[in-house]
Amino acid sequence: MFNRLTAALLASTMMAGAAWAETTVTAVMHSGLRVLDPVITTAHITRDHAYMIYDVLIAQDAEFKPQPQMADWKVSDDQKTYVFTLRDGLKFHDGAPVTAADAVASLERWAKKDAGGQIIMDRTEKLEATDDKTVTWVLKEPFVPMLDVLSKQSALPPFIMPARVAATPPDQAITDYTGSGPFKFVDAEFQPGISVTYAKNTDYVPRSEPASWMAGGKVVNVDKVKWVNMPDIQTAVNALSGGEIDYIEQMQVDLIPLLEGDPNIAVEVREPTGMQTMARMNFLHPPFDNEKIRQAALKAISQESVLAAMIGNPTYYQICGALLGCGTPLGSETGAETLTKGASMDEAKALLKESGYDGTPVVLMAPTDMVALATQPVVISQMLRDAGFTVDMQPMDWQTLVTRRASQSAPAEGGWNMFITNWMVPEISNPISNPMLIGRGDSAWFGWPTDDTIEQLKADYIAAADPEAQKAVGEKIQAHAIQTVLEVPLGQYTLPQARRTTITEMLPSPVPVFWNLKKAE
Amino acid sequence: MIGYLLRRILAVIPVMLLVAVFVFLLLRLTPGDPAAIIAGDMATPAQLQAIREAMGLNQPIHIQFVTWLGQLARGDLGTSLISHTPVSGMIAARMGPTLSIALLTILLSVALAVPMGVLAAWRHRSAADYAVMTFSVLGFSVPVFVIGYLLILVFSLKLGWFPVQGFTPISAGPLPFLKNAILPALTLTTIYVALIARMTRANMLEVLGEDYIRTARAKGAPERTVLFRHALRNAAVPILTVIGTGFALLIGGVVVTETVFNIPGIGRLTVDAILARDYPVIQAMILLTSFLYVLVNLVIDLSYSFFDPRIRY
Repeated sequence: MFNRLTAALLASTMMAGAAWAETTVTAVMHSGLRVLDPVITTAHITRDHAYMIYDVLIAQDAEFKPQPQMADWKVSDDQKTYVFTLRDGLKFHDGAPVTAADAVASLERWAKKDAGGQIIMDRTEKLEATDDKTVTWVLKEPFVPMLDVLSKQSALPPFIMPARVAATPPDQAITDYTGSGPFKFVDAEFQPGISVTYAKNTDYVPRSEPASWMAGGKVVNVDKVKWVNMPDIQTAVNALSGGEIDYIEQMQVDLIPLLEGDPNIAVEVREPTGMQTMARMNFLHPPFDNEKIRQAALKAISQESVLAAMIGNPTYYQICGALLGCGTPLGSETGAETLTKGASMDEAKALLKESGYDGTPVVLMAPTDMVALATQPVVISQMLRDAGFTVDMQPMDWQTLVTRRASQSAPAEGGWNMFITNWMVPEISNPISNPMLIGRGDSAWFGWPTDDTIEQLKADYIAAADPEAQKAVGEKIQAHAIQTVLEVPLGQYTLPQARRTTITEMLPSPVPVFWNLKKAE
Repeated sequence: MIGYLLRRILAVIPVMLLVAVFVFLLLRLTPGDPAAIIAGDMATPAQLQAIREAMGLNQPIHIQFVTWLGQLARGDLGTSLISHTPVSGMIAARMGPTLSIALLTILLSVALAVPMGVLAAWRHRSAADYAVMTFSVLGFSVPVFVIGYLLILVFSLKLGWFPVQGFTPISAGPLPFLKNAILPALTLTTIYVALIARMTRANMLEVLGEDYIRTARAKGAPERTVLFRHALRNAAVPILTVIGTGFALLIGGVVVTETVFNIPGIGRLTVDAILARDYPVIQAMILLTSFLYVLVNLVIDLSYSFFDPRIRY
């Protein structure tokens, strides 16, 4: 009797111990999750969510190279047929096996929204599931960057969903969040904009290779991950100090001193590639419909001043004149010397005089509610004024800006001349998916340049036979884009992450991922 | 009384209709595009247009308005344009934290402020009076986020008595609830104590100068009876008004306090919806807040007759 009682007590103690041992990582991400469909939006938080619950056929590693993830691939000698073979053990969260038909339906839905996907589809002869495990993609002509596009990590990676979910029209949001990724979405605990919980997918079979960026083995070492949205970064810092949360994805640089000296907290750069900040001009209206005036504006701008005002601490920013990003395979700084070496006001003034600039005001939209975009317009306005421009900097909220930038009206009638935005470097590193390098007038990205040369250069890039040839075209793209001022690159920055030191082995990846990491009690 | 009540309830309908028209038009005239929030920065103009069409934002305004009114008549507040969750569910989930913090704040405020106001009036121009007035001025003047951060610094980070942030529903037990709710409620209490104590003091001072107070004292009524039965009851009407509107204000959302303490309440829901131009959520929130104001005012008006029997409806 006594033994039975002891055994029962021991068992219950062990069970209680097991319950206590459940490890949950509580993280404050850069924004609250509201949109759950990674095809309908390019929002980074939705992409990050998608990497938790979905998987991808092939993925980019830290060398920007495609690697097998759900599937291995073979390419025919004529480079027109790609055969992807799904690996064993892939299961959706509802228990159903992942089939080639699911992959085909997901790729078709993705390709209707993604610029790179559309280019591939234009060249596609057929995309089909040849059996349960094989996806065969036949092109009408070779498309060398095929695997780069399919493996890209941002902004719209081709996540694989069940075919019934992928049947949703691409402009309509999905309502079934069944994935096959390393975590499961806990629907009952989801509060849009407040918190989202992910539970470890115990059926997930990770690859055997070590994890590298989005590729390799996604080994989950915690039971749950909870993302909590805290709109006030000071509250997040207090919560991290108090041990109520484990991780802050993006620290505000001026709050870092509050955490320095705490032995329980580490502040670090997760991955140095980081973000690019850049300015875009409107090619439809004066004064920036004139190439010389655009060049004058570019010459007047110094990245150092912009980044110092924006980030402050040089540890967290990098002067970089490459439109396709520094530290990327195609990154080149050709033609951007004045930007990176402190502007050339004399050249700017001379160009402005030569252009016959008549004092038409530059309407510069300045979002005041976005910390990461608030300072650049102020600094740029002053530099443009110093060069002789008349600048009308108009403060507004980000929502007003995104509405107004879609307007092609003249600046005096609700249009605009210039705005600033930020990108993750990997998402602008490829000329095919970089929105600023679209030169098709009305169907280009906001600013609407008509530029046949850039379109031809992108075609040359697609046709380039090897990485060396691609690099050579990348150099020409950089030179041309700076010459015509398709954008003004303003430099790169990283917002460091902060974690409790109980969290270890976080992957250095541009997308914050929660596989691989461990949490000590 | 019942006739009055019915008339007041019927009067709510045109008020709410006017609010509905006003809110709807105001939102459509404000620049902003929920499709842009959904699509993200990389979307091209053509992709934005496709999303707008899928969301029904391209329909003429009058069609959108009639559709919304039809939904409202069926008791349907619509679905969030951003998260695609029903607005009624979102409000229900956020109402709990807001209501409980508001109730706790009002309870604490009344419990502290009314005796403070009475004391200040009773001991007019004494040290106690000056102390109450100084506290009131401070309560009004110090920004709410400063009080919040100070309380967090002392009671959470230094002493470790309370969590820094978050909310635990009362269903999890009164102690866990109080552990999370006490600091935000205290933060808000400083403002409301200041407001109610000043109002109580001013009205008590006026009433204490009345003839019937002198008569009560001349009759030998104990000071406690004079203060609380004769004076406070007669001074209660304006104090009640302040408490009522204060409560409505708290339910309408206290964004800064909710943000500082990371409370998923109504205030943050409204601000997030405004920033994302999530029209159905904003419309529902403004309608609800207006309705609450109307309701609270009605309750206050009815309660007047309880404290002052001269008031009859």
